Amino acid sequence: MNTEKNIKILIVKKPLKLDCGKTINNFPVAFETYGSLNENKDNAILVFHALTGDQFVTGLNPITKKDGWWSFAVGPDKAIDTNKYFVICSNVIGGCMGSYGPSHKDPETQKTFGTDFPVITINDMVNAQYNLLEHFGINKLFAITGGSMGGMQVLQFITNFPDKAKTVIPIATTSSHSAQNIAFNELGRQAITADSNWKDGNYETNNANPGKGLAVARMAAHITYLSKKGLQEKFGRKLQEREDLKFGFDADFQIESYLRYQGSVFVDRFDANSYLYITRAMDYFDLVKQFNGNLSDAFKNTKAKFFVISFTSDWLYPTQENKDIVIALNSIGADVGFVEIVSDKGHDSFLLDVPDFLNALKNFLDKSYTELKNEK
Amino acid sequence: MKNEFKVISDLIEDNKKVLDVGCADGTLMQFLKENKNINVRGLEISKEKVQECIGKGLTVIEGNAEKDLKQFPDKSFDYVVLSQTLQAFLSPELVLDELLRVGKKAIVTIPNFGNWKVRLHLLFKGTMPITKSLPEQWHSTPNLHMCTIRDFVNFIKSKEIKMIKTLALNNNNISNITNNNLGTKNLFADLGIFLIEK
Repeated sequence: MNTEKNIKILIVKKPLKLDCGKTINNFPVAFETYGSLNENKDNAILVFHALTGDQFVTGLNPITKKDGWWSFAVGPDKAIDTNKYFVICSNVIGGCMGSYGPSHKDPETQKTFGTDFPVITINDMVNAQYNLLEHFGINKLFAITGGSMGGMQVLQFITNFPDKAKTVIPIATTSSHSAQNIAFNELGRQAITADSNWKDGNYETNNANPGKGLAVARMAAHITYLSKKGLQEKFGRKLQEREDLKFGFDADFQIESYLRYQGSVFVDRFDANSYLYITRAMDYFDLVKQFNGNLSDAFKNTKAKFFVISFTSDWLYPTQENKDIVIALNSIGADVGFVEIVSDKGHDSFLLDVPDFLNALKNFLDKSYTELKNEK
Repeated sequence: MKNEFKVISDLIEDNKKVLDVGCADGTLMQFLKENKNINVRGLEISKEKVQECIGKGLTVIEGNAEKDLKQFPDKSFDYVVLSQTLQAFLSPELVLDELLRVGKKAIVTIPNFGNWKVRLHLLFKGTMPITKSLPEQWHSTPNLHMCTIRDFVNFIKSKEIKMIKTLALNNNNISNITNNNLGTKNLFADLGIFLIEK
């Protein structure tokens, strides 16, 4: 699935004890960077990707040949201005863009891991990524940010490493994965494992591909990233290249055709087992429980400046779940700002051209960076 | 910056922690931050205003004072400021209680409905008063609970809240309100400014 030559790899030699109890070492973390690290090494922003993202944040993704997943937000003169900041993003462990994951070979058996790969958590992901700071010799990141599962990593990172980031921007996320979201993830996993080509996770050794199951998982998930209003406005009941209904089960409606397309292109770039592992990591994420019901305790050791952003039409990670993070921070007197952006584009708003969002992100970062410079 | 904000900022010592409830575009916050080294936070209901504040590098939370003050712990700010919005809440009493719970002290300003221009407007025109500090028509005003300086003083007394300082602002003149001059101030002041604690 990977064309290795375009992927930068950091081999982490230090053993990493995972939440599941197993320990991994000498494992790869694939990463990409944009912009350049300044002399003081104080302009680095660590971006965390969401479920189906990867380290290729912006510009042309050399593997998929498509635009990076956050091209609207990251780049020269954009909200996260790569003329000014050094942006680092790495593929999560459990993923399929070069970081250690289920499509790698088990060093002991030399067989592809499949579902023998250890179950990964958000905590494991950020602990693996922390090694990038040492790799680049960065003592303190200027900012950490990410949306959705990226936001979960943001929260976990500042919890684990409270003095390693100056500013913290969780976007469209939650501190505790909801029953509804676990349900949607389970639907996706069931679609994959029900595909007869999944072969208990050993499809690679069997030269099979559970593409149909993975495509259905993607289609179902894709609906949850949009809003009812957005779907209605974009597709309504419009028919797909036909004058009338065909009284069959082809894609009569544009929305059907659109979803089928989304499913089919996803299969080309994503690994079915990785989908299982990463959705599991999201489901297990419960920062509230990690701190025995008091989310504030997660943040009590950090002096970082927080800025939480949610979107009006996001029903997957609704405003209230983002506000719960704000409330937890306020109750310990942390420095936290919050804004809910008006958008009809659903959960996907953070990935799209939503000017109010991009302006808020840019203003917050640039003002905070000026303040950081003035402190010195 | 308007005179009211100058008066408010003079009531606050340097290096304190302040919450500006209904901070609007952050003018007062920015002044406090830049001139008095105040650690200042804002709470603002309008998304546009929140965006303006972010553009100024201010820490603001989008929210509604009637619902969102409860997330702040007791006495977590040295001062909580509420400028000319108490009368716009469904329940001013609950908001006032919250201000004094969250802040060690509160600074509350109210447009004075007892001002002579207001009284004359109603007396002679027979329509709801429109003045500089009350610019909206009755049907479009956000103000639900108008009061006079005397009303507010009585209210504060009935709630056994301590008035540390009470000031009247009339055009650009600032003066103390005392028991003796309350009637006059209630007739001539545009704005009452109250530094209170509980």
